[in-house]
Amino acid sequence: MGGYVGRRPARHAFDLRGRVSAMTTEERRQLSDAPVPNYHLSERQLERMYYYMRLSRSLNERMMALQRQGRAAFVIAGAGQEAAQVGAAMALRPGVDWLAPYYRDLGMNIVLGMTAREAMLNELAKADDPNSFGRQMPAHWGSVSRKIVTQSSVVATQLLHATGIALGAKMRNDPIVVLTCCGEGSTSRGDFHEALNFAAIHKLPVIFYVQNNGYAISEPTVKEMPVEHVADRGQAYGIRGQVVDGMDVVAVYQTLRPAVELTRRGNGPFLIEAKCYRLWAHSSDDDDTRYRPRKELEEWALKDPVVVFRQRLLEDGMFAEEELAEIDELVTQEVRDAVEWAQQMPDPKPEDALGYVYREVQ
Amino acid sequence: MAEVNVLEAIRETLDEALSEDDRVFIIGEDVEAGGVFRATDGLAKRHPGRVKDSPLAESSIIGISIGAAHYGMRPIAEIQFADFIHAGFDQLCSEASRWSYRTKGEQYLPMVVRTPWGGGVHGGQHHSQSIEAYYTHMPGIKVVAPSFPADYRSLLKASIADPNPVLFLEHKRTYRLVKQDVANAPAETSIGRARITRRGADLTMFAYGLMLHECLAASEELAGEGIECTVVDLLSLQPLDVETVLEAARMTGKVLVVHEDTLTGGFGGEIAALIAEHAFEYLDAPIRRLAAPDIPAMPYHHAMEAFFMPDKQKIAAAARDLAAY
Ligand SMILES: Cc1ncc(C[n+]2csc(CCOP(=O)(O)OP(=O)(O)O)c2C)c(N)n1
Ligand SMILES: [Mg+2]
Repeated sequence: MGGYVGRRPARHAFDLRGRVSAMTTEERRQLSDAPVPNYHLSERQLERMYYYMRLSRSLNERMMALQRQGRAAFVIAGAGQEAAQVGAAMALRPGVDWLAPYYRDLGMNIVLGMTAREAMLNELAKADDPNSFGRQMPAHWGSVSRKIVTQSSVVATQLLHATGIALGAKMRNDPIVVLTCCGEGSTSRGDFHEALNFAAIHKLPVIFYVQNNGYAISEPTVKEMPVEHVADRGQAYGIRGQVVDGMDVVAVYQTLRPAVELTRRGNGPFLIEAKCYRLWAHSSDDDDTRYRPRKELEEWALKDPVVVFRQRLLEDGMFAEEELAEIDELVTQEVRDAVEWAQQMPDPKPEDALGYVYREVQ
Repeated sequence: MAEVNVLEAIRETLDEALSEDDRVFIIGEDVEAGGVFRATDGLAKRHPGRVKDSPLAESSIIGISIGAAHYGMRPIAEIQFADFIHAGFDQLCSEASRWSYRTKGEQYLPMVVRTPWGGGVHGGQHHSQSIEAYYTHMPGIKVVAPSFPADYRSLLKASIADPNPVLFLEHKRTYRLVKQDVANAPAETSIGRARITRRGADLTMFAYGLMLHECLAASEELAGEGIECTVVDLLSLQPLDVETVLEAARMTGKVLVVHEDTLTGGFGGEIAALIAEHAFEYLDAPIRRLAAPDIPAMPYHHAMEAFFMPDKQKIAAAARDLAAY
């Protein structure tokens, strides 16, 4: 099957000149000797990519609508980051590799197996929400079977959990990779720096994946750091830093895939920064018109990763319009079903607030 | 007679745990060289790769232990001095304590954080603190504070086996000071049990760590004056052995709670409240708390340090007052 590498560059480009080289010559050689010599994408994978991105966006849209109707209390979404999330998560081995995500990572959860119904249980804080059973706000992920680490609201703490998992795996000679995510604002916290430092010292199998969406609530990136690229911070820790166009799902996959394999082989951690954009307000509680120029938003809206990818698949002749429309329809049905189904699922009982504070001593 | 001190009991228990379970490992500052108090002396050599020096970053010591425990290891983190655990407070409070709760028990953390606490060593503000009250206020974490070597041994063993995060407090003043003939020590105990260490009809003292020993010394002196004290070694602050606390309070009707933490918001308030709530009818005197004064931390100069800390004399004086009430 002819692989798809993207026949043209994405229609917008970041200036990636002068980036720290992600791979040494020796590593490039290792990879080309490897059983998976290249990271081309099959049609099937491209189709999945589009489906995951579309589903993630549609779910977020419906969640927001529910919130506006007063049927959900709070939404924090990944709109604008679907390419960054889906491309990265597809580079993992589901059920083998670990994910310590952050709140916008609906797309990653979907790739690793979260269904639309489960996403809606989570949004509506239903008793059967598999992430936290209504105990946490929506978008605070966690799943034992999918190896998704339970996540809190406190930003960047998960980077240390990921590092600890990678330490355990290294001690057990377990060939896994841990992917952990945060926003660019969160890289100002000490836990980010402590995690990078430790992971680099011990050459741990962890990838720090920063989704730089331009804002930390209202603060633009320049208020969080004086350097242009988060990835440059890797240099200070002896970690390979790499920037990728996070609006281009193929580029993301093709960056993450070799990084994942190199990391799995003991070559140590990566710091990868996906440049993307937060297309919506920070959350359903935020009014971004207070701080974000409309013009900037309009410009970025043209680069909407879901729309751009769809167009590219068509223009490159990978899929016909009907085929993509079929996926769109499938997603619409799936989301509609999920909302209807989840809404009639039971809420937690008030007294479900109690219990599981400690695990019983066996 | 095989006497061991607190430090030896801890070191031997760590050694055994490392030998018995290959998921167990130690992580902390200077632990490979034995640690500043030498609690891990020789262990790095005996267990290659399983005693790990960490960078000087407390949040990472705890956060990484969380990840490793989640993965399936049994990390024992050492925070060099309890005074420096504050940088790891977020990881303990926002993460470790809620791991089980927020996943309804699906995810859990078998991990121990050991740390030397307490004063009386000329450690000044930042090498003397009592930190227990911050963590007893945090459901989801267990807080253990033994006093005698044999209990250090059995409770450290229990902490390592426990599927929950346990904050294991080691009173640094007692490390070499307190010895015990472990062959004739009381039976092994478990987390959540207090022990009535001495029985007397006139009043009941509650304490843990160094203060437990000061209470025992004061009781000895008071016995010579005809005042007989019951002394309760709390051992485990969270979970607390409420039953034993109430039973011991009812036995004498007079209660003296002693700790070297500052008074306001200290753990003694919890003991006093429980007794006031559940054993009020048995009381013959107001509950008395003896604690450090409400100043930010222990001063360095030995005279001020002694002023700050409760000790045998202050305890005996408070007990005489109480007995005479
Ligand atoms: C430690 C901490 N401080 C503050 C907050 C409140 N808060 C939530 S998200 C956020 C901004 C995060 O920005 P960034 O890391 O760039 O991620 P993004 O939301 O843009 O994806 C803030 C300040 C928090 N959750 N945790
Ligand atoms: Mg951001």
